Amino acid sequence: MNSKFVMRAMIGFYLLVFFFYLFGPLVFMSITAFNTPNYPTAYRFEQFTWKWFDALFKDRDMMDGLVNSIIIGLGVVALAVPIGLAASVVMQQIYWRARSLYYLVTVSPVLTPGVIIGISTVIFWKDFSEATGLKPYLYKGIVLAIIGQSSFICAYCMLIIMARLQRFDRSQEEAALDLGASYPQVFWHILVPFLKPALFSAAVIAFLSSFENYNTTTFAILADKTLVTVLAGRVRQGTTPALSALAVIIITISLAGAVLYEFLKRREEQKAKRAYEQARLAETVGVGGVPALAPAGSG
Amino acid sequence: MNNRLIVFIIPAAIIAVFLLLSMVEKRAVADSRRTGFLQRNGAALSVFFVIAVGFWTLFMVTLPYLYMFQESFHPTLWPKDRGGPKDMLTLEHYRFFLYGSDGRGNYTHLWAFFLTILISLLVTIANFILCYPIAYYMAQVATAQKLRLLLLALIVPYWVNEILRAFALRVLLASKGVINTVLMSLGLIDEPFDFLGANIGLYVGLSYAYLLLMVFPLYNAIESLDSNQIEAARDLGAPWWRIHKDIVIPHAKPGIASGCTMVFMLSAGALAAPQFLGGPKTLWFTSIVYDFFFQSFNWARGSAYALILLLACILFVMLMLRLFKVCLGETIR
Amino acid sequence: MSADVELDRVTIRFGNFTAVKGATLKINNGEFFSFLGPSGCGKTTILRTISGFLEPSEGTVRIGGKNMVGIGPNKRPTALIFQNLALFPLMTVAENITYGLRVRGVSRDGRRRRANELLNLIALPDQGGKLVSELSGGQRQRVAIARALCVEPQVLLLDEPLSALDLKLRQHMRNELRSIQKRVGITFIYITHDQGEALTMSDRIAVMNQGVIEQIGDGKTIYDRPETAFVASFVGENNPFHGKVARASKSEVVLDTSFGPLRGRSIKALSPGDRAILFVRPELLRLGNGTADSSLQSTVLNVAFEGNASHVFLKGAGSKDITLTVDRFAGVSIPSQGEMAHISYDPTMALVLPEGDMARE
Repeated sequence: MNSKFVMRAMIGFYLLVFFFYLFGPLVFMSITAFNTPNYPTAYRFEQFTWKWFDALFKDRDMMDGLVNSIIIGLGVVALAVPIGLAASVVMQQIYWRARSLYYLVTVSPVLTPGVIIGISTVIFWKDFSEATGLKPYLYKGIVLAIIGQSSFICAYCMLIIMARLQRFDRSQEEAALDLGASYPQVFWHILVPFLKPALFSAAVIAFLSSFENYNTTTFAILADKTLVTVLAGRVRQGTTPALSALAVIIITISLAGAVLYEFLKRREEQKAKRAYEQARLAETVGVGGVPALAPAGSG
Repeated sequence: MNNRLIVFIIPAAIIAVFLLLSMVEKRAVADSRRTGFLQRNGAALSVFFVIAVGFWTLFMVTLPYLYMFQESFHPTLWPKDRGGPKDMLTLEHYRFFLYGSDGRGNYTHLWAFFLTILISLLVTIANFILCYPIAYYMAQVATAQKLRLLLLALIVPYWVNEILRAFALRVLLASKGVINTVLMSLGLIDEPFDFLGANIGLYVGLSYAYLLLMVFPLYNAIESLDSNQIEAARDLGAPWWRIHKDIVIPHAKPGIASGCTMVFMLSAGALAAPQFLGGPKTLWFTSIVYDFFFQSFNWARGSAYALILLLACILFVMLMLRLFKVCLGETIR
Repeated sequence: MSADVELDRVTIRFGNFTAVKGATLKINNGEFFSFLGPSGCGKTTILRTISGFLEPSEGTVRIGGKNMVGIGPNKRPTALIFQNLALFPLMTVAENITYGLRVRGVSRDGRRRRANELLNLIALPDQGGKLVSELSGGQRQRVAIARALCVEPQVLLLDEPLSALDLKLRQHMRNELRSIQKRVGITFIYITHDQGEALTMSDRIAVMNQGVIEQIGDGKTIYDRPETAFVASFVGENNPFHGKVARASKSEVVLDTSFGPLRGRSIKALSPGDRAILFVRPELLRLGNGTADSSLQSTVLNVAFEGNASHVFLKGAGSKDITLTVDRFAGVSIPSQGEMAHISYDPTMALVLPEGDMARE
């Protein structure tokens, strides 16, 4: 059919343009990372070189920023995942009249512009730490960055964990209690293992969101620096292919991560499939030859 | 600092009200269920939950916002004057935003505000038009394998930091950049076109930055639509544009609202794109806020401007919700 | 170690809804006791109250003579087998079974030993390392039982454990459960809506309806001498004949029904004019005429051959048919569909009970 072919062609063309728009800048930038001229060009390829990668690692500020970014990222994970877990449990148990307000408060950081989160964090904690005498400990770039970022990253974690928590079978909790477990034991033995995949996802998302955050961190980091703020500074000063080199590194790591994730996912699926087949087998053997209980002498 | 203490009183009051309500209700209705919070979680965990959630919702969300809110009503003072007699509540910052220092209208800032909102709106609409086809394709047309590939292809660029992406665009669009070189060598133009100065870089940068945030909500919303409905409409002879107008778009409303909200808010609050892609004459509202903090250290005024921005965003969100008749819960991914 | 369970005027309310009203009973040490009733009658609520997941709004629960008020489910000497089994999917079979020991701090060796003992008991000797998802339905049942027995409870509570199994397995498990109970010797409290299960397995049964315990007794008593109209119609098949009391003496009542006057035994005091129901079991109806006040006639709607007996369905007064069961070797000729048949019964085998809330639909 003619119109169907035209439709197909148009869709194909559109997809091509869309992904060209998306990938184009990155592809060009990656090429410039390996090109010798001081100004990033891809059009005229002069000579393949690693020197921009070298320059990157020699950049002191960049490396300091990287270390800070990692510290902040780990700090955010340590803070946001437990809070996210607590928040999702509380969401299920909170007084029903208070629930909508609670939901509004916990989700609002996601919708708030990062700038505002950064500003409010600094303003509040400066005065608060002064008033409570904790200024030397709390009024620091790294601490405030962790607090500011966690403001919305806790919300991400909460939403991720809540999605899994809602599928939890309450009767397992009751079964554990019935067998004599205390409430903390139920939490640690039954609920947390169930939530593990969500906790892991939340941790990964928390770290990545923290690492690449700019708007909030710019304000909260005070005089310190993170990799991203150093980057911003460099871009403002001028353009050098060393930044392209950084982009290439990030893309490579991301791709590696994606491949690893896909691989792990495939393995999970295979395990589940095997278990299911075992059960099916047991089922068919079961009814016909149900073994009687062991005779009264044993057990 | 006395008038600052109200910031602590408001949340405390609200919590007290709810606690009281819950206790009264518990006593009124004799229910056999064990729903006590303390009983259900044990002492140690209850304490942990309360402290964790309390610290987050109070000290990381509510109190900072309230504090910034009330700070915007304080005059700009030297540190030694804060809390003293000169520290009286005032609307001077808001007045400054509207009238400027000479009282005859702060046209620069007002214009910047207006422009920021307008451009954010246009970027939102542009993104919607760009992303709708692909979201639809992914949700209804693509096979499972192609879908996974597409999803991966969409996500990978976003792992690259937004600043690097802005940088990449700048490289492309600069006077010595690729696009200008190509255009010149093709003979289409004689001298390099100043994309960045004309703010085209900014528009493209903003749109580019938030494409994914429009695609995913749309994709999720369209995906939940039963493809049989589309088939049925096609059987009944509806042309493709009617199918979209009458069936797909109404169903995808929550996704549209969600995507538009996110793109607008991120665009209006953007810092990186205007800083690196804007021309010298660009005045982005959020950059003005940034300058108040880092250049003039006028925190009180910066807070006031930040609040104005927040207000604009809230108004937009409410408008979206009203327009699309969805509730807040549905707009979060 | 086993214990008895006492409920003393237990009432359980959820907001405005009363699920259980004034339940009072004593379950003896080592007994297999069932709660029988339709869905929503309150039997699950009672079970959860005995296990400790609910506190009674009024009354007390005593286990082994000790008042259980304020004692949580993890501190009671009970173990509950859930309707959906609630096995832990992330733990192996052995870990599931010995979970109760783990929370009590028993060493790993001790747990392993006990796991093997119980795995042998439930005839799953080498399956300890498997995950629950790899087992069949019947195997999972047995793991659930082993898990409960592992903590050596004084009372074992079972919440409709066989409802998810197919027929053959259900029959088999009925016998197994009964033999486990006899062997282990602890008190079993079993809830079900299947009266066949209750009758075959239990020492005594409590029949419940809408939160009220209507009768407690052993299977034979409940079947032959129901004390309320609900029990008479719920346990086993029964033919109800609604009517008004015409004459009443100390042990006999004549009821005015749409089939004429019918006579039967009465155990509750009835006066002329009361609304009551006369119950005759299908196997106690006979083809042919009897005395004037114990005969009736009706059209045969259908005859069903069911192997060892035939069931004759006749038109009843309301929407319920009259069922008559004829034994295969009874030697009577069975009427065909559409014929008018005369049936009768022995008045001493018919029971008249007050209508209660069993009004004709």
